[in-house]
Amino acid sequence: MLRQNWWKILCVILLIYTFVAGFLGPVPAKPILNETIRNYYFHIAMWFSMMIFFIISLVYSIKYLRSNKHIFDIYALEYAKAGIVFGVLGLATGSVWAGFTWGAFWSNDPKQLGAVIALLIYLAYLVLRNSMTDVDKRARIGAVYNIFAFAMLFPTIWIIPRMVESLHPGGQGNPAIHADGHIAMVFWPGALPGWTLLGVWITTLRIRLELLAEQRHEHAL
Amino acid sequence: MLLLGFMGLMAQAQPDSQHVEMADQLRANGKIYVVVVVLIVILLGLILYVVRLDKKITRLEKGTSRKD
Repeated sequence: MLRQNWWKILCVILLIYTFVAGFLGPVPAKPILNETIRNYYFHIAMWFSMMIFFIISLVYSIKYLRSNKHIFDIYALEYAKAGIVFGVLGLATGSVWAGFTWGAFWSNDPKQLGAVIALLIYLAYLVLRNSMTDVDKRARIGAVYNIFAFAMLFPTIWIIPRMVESLHPGGQGNPAIHADGHIAMVFWPGALPGWTLLGVWITTLRIRLELLAEQRHEHAL
Repeated sequence: MLLLGFMGLMAQAQPDSQHVEMADQLRANGKIYVVVVVLIVILLGLILYVVRLDKKITRLEKGTSRKD
């Protein structure tokens, strides 16, 4: 997977499909949302991809703890970074959208606050790792913390924002978007795998670069 | 009730709540196609950038002995 090409071509095709069908295809007319319903293919895809990257990162952290293989630690770290990047993009796109639909770029909505807390917990993962110089210690404590960070996604993103009133579509106070018909046809086969594969692609490049750098470091020693 | 009040406030921004304003005219006039083309150009440009980075890393890997 790391050095194959077919899925990279697939990624490009899916993203082109997302952009063309996403902008030209029919969408349901809903008040407040209007054409911004097309953010489904971009903003929501960011959050979905982020969750996928955090799950991959979690799996590699567990694999590291079971096997103590250094490479799994690199995988876990780079996938967590990809998740953070996509999460920040999701937050930024959501904020822009909220500025024109809710009337404020930031309104301390439970979904916004939950997402920020989740991202801060993951940012602390990077800070924690960098606070240790010993490679094995860093990998081990990092892996344990990564599991905790993932567990914190449950209250901050999946549970609390859904228990309280929120302006976010899908919650109360705004027409809920239901992914059906054309939206589902663009999102599930197009936008979600397309954006996720792009993130995986960039992550594999970073992993390969990290391996090269370590190899070089070993040679220098 | 508070919720309904807020929804009403939001609805005031929309002059006509029965007819939801969509970019039908924009699409009919064909201008949205320009945006799609622009986005595709940016997307392909970024992809090309990543592809070149991929090639560069592959070249570096070939120059070293260890295989994973």
